[in-house]
Amino acid sequence: MPTPLLSVRDLVVEFPTRRGTLRALDHVSFDIAEGEVLGMVGESGAGKSLTGAAIIGLLEAPGRIAGGEVRLKGERIDNLSPEKMRRVRGRRIGMVFQDPLTSLNPLYTVAEQLIETIRTHLDLSEKDARKRAVGLLDRVGIPAAARRIDDYPHHFSGGMRQRVVIALALAAEPELVIADEPTTALDVSVQAQIIDVLKEACIERGASVMLITHDMGVIAETADRVAVLYAGRVAEIGPVRDVIQAAEHPYTSGLMGAIPTLTQTADRLTQIPGSMPRLNAIPQGCAFNPRCKHVFDRCRRDRPELIARGGGRHVACWLFDREMEKADV
Amino acid sequence: MLAFILRRLVQSVIVMLTVALVAFALFRFVGDPIASMVGQETTLAERAEIRQALGLNDPFPVQFWTFLSRAVQGDFGISYRLQQPVMELILSRLPATLELALISGIMAFLFGVGFGVYTALRRGNWLSGSIMTVSLIGVSLPTFLIGVLLIWVFAVELQWLPSFGRGETVYIGDWWRTGLLTPSGRASLILPAITLGLYQMTLIMRLVRAEMLEVLRTDYIKFARARGLSNRAVHFGHALKNTLVPVITITGLQMGSIIAFSIITETVFQWPGVGALFINSVRFVDVPVMAAYLMLIALVFVVINLVVDLLYYAVDPRLRVDRASARS
Amino acid sequence: MTDFTPETRPNIFLRAWDSDIAYSFRRSPLAIVAAVVSLIIIFAAIFAPWLAPHDPFNPASLNLMDGFTPPMEPNAFTGNVYWLGTDDQGRDIFSTILYGARISLFVGFMAVLFAMALGITLGLIAGYRGGWVDSVLMRVADVQLTFPSILLALLIFGVARGFIPPAYREAMAIWVLIVAIGLAEWVQYARVVRGATMVEKNKEYVQAARVIGAHPTKILVRHILPNVMGPVLVIATIGLALAIIAEATLSFLGVGVPPTQPSLGTLIRIGQGFLFSGEWWILLFPALTLLALALSVNLLGDWLRDALNPRLR
Repeated sequence: MPTPLLSVRDLVVEFPTRRGTLRALDHVSFDIAEGEVLGMVGESGAGKSLTGAAIIGLLEAPGRIAGGEVRLKGERIDNLSPEKMRRVRGRRIGMVFQDPLTSLNPLYTVAEQLIETIRTHLDLSEKDARKRAVGLLDRVGIPAAARRIDDYPHHFSGGMRQRVVIALALAAEPELVIADEPTTALDVSVQAQIIDVLKEACIERGASVMLITHDMGVIAETADRVAVLYAGRVAEIGPVRDVIQAAEHPYTSGLMGAIPTLTQTADRLTQIPGSMPRLNAIPQGCAFNPRCKHVFDRCRRDRPELIARGGGRHVACWLFDREMEKADV
Repeated sequence: MLAFILRRLVQSVIVMLTVALVAFALFRFVGDPIASMVGQETTLAERAEIRQALGLNDPFPVQFWTFLSRAVQGDFGISYRLQQPVMELILSRLPATLELALISGIMAFLFGVGFGVYTALRRGNWLSGSIMTVSLIGVSLPTFLIGVLLIWVFAVELQWLPSFGRGETVYIGDWWRTGLLTPSGRASLILPAITLGLYQMTLIMRLVRAEMLEVLRTDYIKFARARGLSNRAVHFGHALKNTLVPVITITGLQMGSIIAFSIITETVFQWPGVGALFINSVRFVDVPVMAAYLMLIALVFVVINLVVDLLYYAVDPRLRVDRASARS
Repeated sequence: MTDFTPETRPNIFLRAWDSDIAYSFRRSPLAIVAAVVSLIIIFAAIFAPWLAPHDPFNPASLNLMDGFTPPMEPNAFTGNVYWLGTDDQGRDIFSTILYGARISLFVGFMAVLFAMALGITLGLIAGYRGGWVDSVLMRVADVQLTFPSILLALLIFGVARGFIPPAYREAMAIWVLIVAIGLAEWVQYARVVRGATMVEKNKEYVQAARVIGAHPTKILVRHILPNVMGPVLVIATIGLALAIIAEATLSFLGVGVPPTQPSLGTLIRIGQGFLFSGEWWILLFPALTLLALALSVNLLGDWLRDALNPRLR
């Protein structure tokens, strides 16, 4: 098996607070293969964005990585010095944030921000960097890029700004792009376009994508595989089609039941009772056990590890331990 | 752009006219101008004659117009106390005040921004903590007390620096007497400049710190870090520039206050500037000097406001609406 | 008359004192120290005539031989010991400080009261009447705010002196000073009160009071004023520090209170003259007193602002 582009193993992120340490990510593990699009879904607070921030080394203080490791092409990056990590950011891992209206510095032109980023990472002359910047804007679908490049961010609409943000994330040809809810702040009418631009621009360059969203529809359209997060833990991970059509973890099937589909004839969408626990009140055993329909003793006692289910699928649920006794990742 | 400048100019003229009206009212109604010009032995008839000759019997608007047109030409009459043309008095003392204000303004700005940025970036270390504590005392300390204490420590006890006056001065051109070109002139400037600039410095510092902390929390700073920009580029290229936009306005207005506060500093250090002249005019009710000083200060404030607006406009592209909005 | 103030809005002092204020005060050591220092100085100032060991303004009790006695050392000629030393006239520094603080605080409090009365009245009128009255008042406030208040106080002081015949200038000086500082500081109150009035006047209970024909003055005083007392109290505390500093500054500049009634600022002015001859105590002790007073009142105001309303300013 080839080395995955990104490999996250048992990642633990903690926030020390006055009332004790909160564990926001608890032994999260997943891989992203080269050229692959991994979707990451979960409710707000499940730890999706935090996973992205931890990978790129931008956890906000007092948050810190308390365990596990992150490898990029086999090389550990979670323990790099700040200066070395800075060289990874933008150069090897690009990032797209949620709100394009606030992601760009209002006082600099798009050209200045692009050229600054390009020249931070690549040894190019001002002129070549500018040429490259125009090419990038053109690629993300900004009309008359050569002329508009000297405009300020406030001259662009929200959708256009997110294209600029994508161009900035791709400026130094990163191998991985982490897109954190890239369409949530946009008009519904341009969301699909932005996702297309993001996916195509990345695929063209052979970059992998980690797409963080709470929108299962976007995942279904875009991702190759999907990881479902619940209360800072991976509940289920596998190829998108399989997970959507035959979710195994009770939480995932609950999520799927809450999505309206065209073919569904049911009058009501199912809803999971209760809500995700706060970080300071995660129950013993499986974090989902108080809301689970299939809960049994073991769920309240032991925490389930990810169990391989074949076909690249893994699920963290004791229901599947009984059927297949070789529980190993 | 042009419309914006024009609108500002019109507003400035209105402010100046209002101040001129106040100054004129001062001039006309405070004390008796005749009594302060002539001796005790002047008869009533003679007084009436002078009154007529000076145009003091003309209708109010006519008198105001005369006052205005003279003021525009720099004629504010004769000082009651010193019996010299007011404009001459002010011009001869203006360089001293401007040099002092300029140096302390630059000091206040540089140190204010420097300390502000430092305390924002190094939050929680002991040096930032001490800077913040000292600044708290700085804002509560009256300016004159700072000056007196500085004189005591550095001029009396340590005897490092002179305690009063401008030191040796030389002329640049016909009338600008400068202290900046001689060693004793520069030494004399240090304590007054610190006294005058300290309060403004603490204000600017606290403002810069607050704004900087605000800016460092924004998404575009997070995004700049995510793009792998160096700390220097993030802190000084991105964060500082955005911090300075609101700081410019306040700092500009502080420069105006520096001119006004120079009254106090000049008194403490016996600095032969316009402020000391004004204090004496208040003490002796020398109305022409008071009126002229009022107009001068108003002019300084109006000009500074105008410059601040233009700077703001130059720094923040969002205000330049000319080629925006139509597209996108 | 029925009281239309709804029960959900009890007096702000009672509401605050019961809960947040007292709690926040107990938890802020800085505020406690500031309050204690302020109270000690205020107490000492009020009871100066009984506390002061000497009457510094009674020429009969002064002995020129006692002049320039250093603190805590017996005088070379008379053997008298003074805690904080004496000045050139043989006046006890400790006593002059007590009397000086009395004048500083008197001017400060009166100026704040004057500024408060003026600001609240104009703010209520501007907010309640609106229209051109409001525009004119607020425009004046805007222009005034661009100028530093110490400069305004100086100008007002100078103008007022121009109107007063020279014979009365000395006697009137302290009142002129109070008016000048007050006039320079009214804007803050007017702005806050106007803002609150404009919000309150459209609420049902004020409308109701209007419908039953209550006189506007009564509506303003009984129904609107209690709601703005919190912010006004904050401004007044910080304003007191400002007024004390303004008075000290003007007196230091020699345009404030006459030398026959020296305030802390005057004492510092006098003390500066003796710096070079080595009599540092004549300057230092009044300076420290002023510093302690201004700093503690300022800190108290800061704390009060955060405690009463974290969003104010």
